[in-house]
Amino acid sequence: MYDYRTGILDWKTAGLPVEGTNAQVPRLVDVVRRDAPTCSLGERLGDVRDRAAAAGWDACVVVSGGHVVLGLLRGAELQGDPELVVDQAMRPGPSTYRPFVPVAELRGIMNDRNLESSPVTTSDGKLVGLVRRQDVGLGTIDQ
Amino acid sequence: MTREIDRDGVRRLMARGAQIVDVLPAREYAEDHLPGAVNLPLRKIEAEALRVLDPSRPVVVYCADPG
Repeated sequence: MYDYRTGILDWKTAGLPVEGTNAQVPRLVDVVRRDAPTCSLGERLGDVRDRAAAAGWDACVVVSGGHVVLGLLRGAELQGDPELVVDQAMRPGPSTYRPFVPVAELRGIMNDRNLESSPVTTSDGKLVGLVRRQDVGLGTIDQ
Repeated sequence: MTREIDRDGVRRLMARGAQIVDVLPAREYAEDHLPGAVNLPLRKIEAEALRVLDPSRPVVVYCADPG
């Protein structure tokens, strides 16, 4: 007999399929953008902004060498002094969400907090991707 | 004897026809469970395991998380 100690929470965090009455509820794993740009703490902000823009993004996730989320550069941070390094410009320790969280739940959070984007991570903090407002059915934030 | 197993191990055993047992209460099992899992809540497992499970195939048990 084998004991899968980390259980169904670990299974769902990995975005693996489940069965049951909740199985059809849209989850972040269904909408997360896995092509979100990433950068490291020591990069020049101007370089990161250019790279993100070239990929069609106005956000960038700051990650460690192990791909653990350290911070987030949303639109406002990316527009800072291009000579800053990422560590000086980023929003540290952003709230992150697990892939099994229902889309409707994050929609409410992003709406209440006026968030442009939210990182999705595994339970050990590794980046899965970013969810943007339109991914959860929200419009853009009025400036 | 019970051996601890990780997610990849579960997937490998599933591919080999293992029996997956969810020991959570029936209501939680109904909402979400691993593909193909049967529900044997902890309070019933001793009484029903021999009737429900095939002793010739591996068995993987799980609950919600390690907590």
